Amino acid sequence: MDKITNLFTEKLAETRKFLPGSNLGWLNLSRDAGIQDFSRSGMPTQRWESWKYTRLPDISKDSFRCIEKQDGEKEVVSVPSLFKLADLEAKLVFVNGFLRSDLSKLEKLSDGVRIGTVVDMLQSDPSFVQKHLPKTSKEKVSPLVSLNAAFWETGIVLHVRPGLKLKKPIEIVHLSGMTNKPLMRHSRNIMIIESGSEATIIEHHGGLSAGKYLTNAVTDIELSNSATMRHYTIQAESRDSVHLATSNVNVGKDGKYHSFGLSMGAALSRCETNLRLIGQGAGCGVSGVYMMRGREHCDNTTVIEHIAANTTSREVFKGVLDDEARGVFQGRIIVHKNAQKTDGYQLSKALLISDGAEMNAKPELEIYADDVKCSHGATTGQLDQVALFYLRSRGIPEALARNLLIQSFLAEALDEVGDLEVRDAMLNHVIHWLPAHCYLADEWKDS
Amino acid sequence: MLKIKNLHATVDGKEILKGVNLTINAGECHAIMGPNGSGKSTLSYIISGRDGYEISEGEILYEGKDLCALKPEERAAEGVFLAFQYPVEIPGVLNTTFLKEAVNSGRRYRGEEELDALEFIKVLRLKTKELGISDEMLKRAVNVGFSGGEKKRNEILQMAILNPKLAVLDETDSGLDIDALKVVSDGVNQLRSPDKAILVITHYQRLLDHIIPDYVHVLAEGKICRSGGKELASELEKNGYAEYGAAAE
Repeated sequence: MDKITNLFTEKLAETRKFLPGSNLGWLNLSRDAGIQDFSRSGMPTQRWESWKYTRLPDISKDSFRCIEKQDGEKEVVSVPSLFKLADLEAKLVFVNGFLRSDLSKLEKLSDGVRIGTVVDMLQSDPSFVQKHLPKTSKEKVSPLVSLNAAFWETGIVLHVRPGLKLKKPIEIVHLSGMTNKPLMRHSRNIMIIESGSEATIIEHHGGLSAGKYLTNAVTDIELSNSATMRHYTIQAESRDSVHLATSNVNVGKDGKYHSFGLSMGAALSRCETNLRLIGQGAGCGVSGVYMMRGREHCDNTTVIEHIAANTTSREVFKGVLDDEARGVFQGRIIVHKNAQKTDGYQLSKALLISDGAEMNAKPELEIYADDVKCSHGATTGQLDQVALFYLRSRGIPEALARNLLIQSFLAEALDEVGDLEVRDAMLNHVIHWLPAHCYLADEWKDS
Repeated sequence: MLKIKNLHATVDGKEILKGVNLTINAGECHAIMGPNGSGKSTLSYIISGRDGYEISEGEILYEGKDLCALKPEERAAEGVFLAFQYPVEIPGVLNTTFLKEAVNSGRRYRGEEELDALEFIKVLRLKTKELGISDEMLKRAVNVGFSGGEKKRNEILQMAILNPKLAVLDETDSGLDIDALKVVSDGVNQLRSPDKAILVITHYQRLLDHIIPDYVHVLAEGKICRSGGKELASELEKNGYAEYGAAAE
């Protein structure tokens, strides 16, 4: 065992009795399996193909600690939200991993929906958690997922019963920071959307203040036959933080999973989506926009497996990189032997607006079926000088013209957001990220 | 209004303009004609301030000011307008938004009050009606999915709204059918007034049947080699550019 695996093994021994469900035998075994898997693999390094372009910080150097009850009691000045409370099915606000009932809305839920913290679920229905917590398998699990399996201490559970179409979205807000020592928060989310049901989730991740913390979230999503889920994420973590998120999604027959992630914060972020289209007619859209500056690093990694026939996937990722920021896109599409009539589309486009910025894009197609349609494209470029001149020749100052072109570039990806209200809110974030956005009048939001 | 003196310009080390002299006074309409590759478009880009052109000799004075010392957006705000030969598509930015920002950027530069949405729409409506531009075209992204004629009409709309003192039209007639040609010409003719000047750059005489110039110049091999009245255009149409070195290309 190397230094880091030692550190975590000791840490688990030390904190185990404070972790949720410490009285549950099966859970202890699951945590043991997690730490054993992690000890075998160690932290991912750039020698691994899947981590070639992203280097995790040396966690042993910072004295990260696990979350403690009082971390959840920080004063919260504002809670990000896209919708009015009345227009939400539910809202869950977590501060440093602890649910803040005073800021959340969990009453008057529709019949047939269960939503709450995974910790509460361990009390009320532990077998549900046990059933849906994936068994760690020795080879394929990523070290971050293993680490999460060992240490998870917070997270949400969402269960939508068959045939229930939730009309209103659910917002989940995670705010972190303002602690004496940097926190390492492992959250485990379980989302089960049963057959014929529908749900929209909006996740916000933000910092309470500047300062270090690390989030290692794992979300397991199961969509049964003909279930639909729209999953929107806004990652605006504090500038010094590390945001690691892994989603494992299974989509059943005729199920549809749409995700869109806007990444605009964190010193280092990696969003990894492992999605399996396991039933015929299943489809997914996995897209996102990232905007990075300074020395920020953003990694979007997707692995989409077409396992059944007539399945479709669509990915559109666009990013803007300023200063010395770095972007990574790794998109793998695997078409299994039986997945005939697969329709896959993947696009990665990055705009470098500074000479020091860097983009690494790695599309990979593995096709084992013979009747499929799969296309991919990856480009990295700079602002179109002719377009810039065109705008300037109409009197628009250079800074504003550049902003317009960046916005224009990102618009194509933002169109992947199905919900118009969410799209507009995301566009608003984009506009406020732009350099010298003060030039922009309100009506920019319309375009 | 515009005084070009002995202008030499190079692109990537290659000399394109080799001593252009041209004076345009307020109230005048000039046409520059010439064979392909003679430097016509280069001249229009240099007037409007596009990067990539090095002026090795000579100067351009606009209302007595050194035009080359101004950024493209400053030239625009000072009243210089270039209608592009190939208008650029800008997806994701609405035509109206673009137009309004262009108008207000100029107003900010000149220290005038910005137009609010309502005032702007009023101005816009007036001009779109005159130019036969549909609301639908305004609601689309800038030039995206526009036909060749629509793009040129959109250029003229921008010109009408920005109300420049000096309008330079670079091959505005290319790709236009007869009807669009008429709309575009009418738009340009409306701009004509004693305090404004127009420079039409074109290969063919066609446009000059509608926008009748006071002076016609022949630009060939980087120099203005002949100047005359509007009758020069008809002569060129008849005889071609062969005698101006086009054959040497």
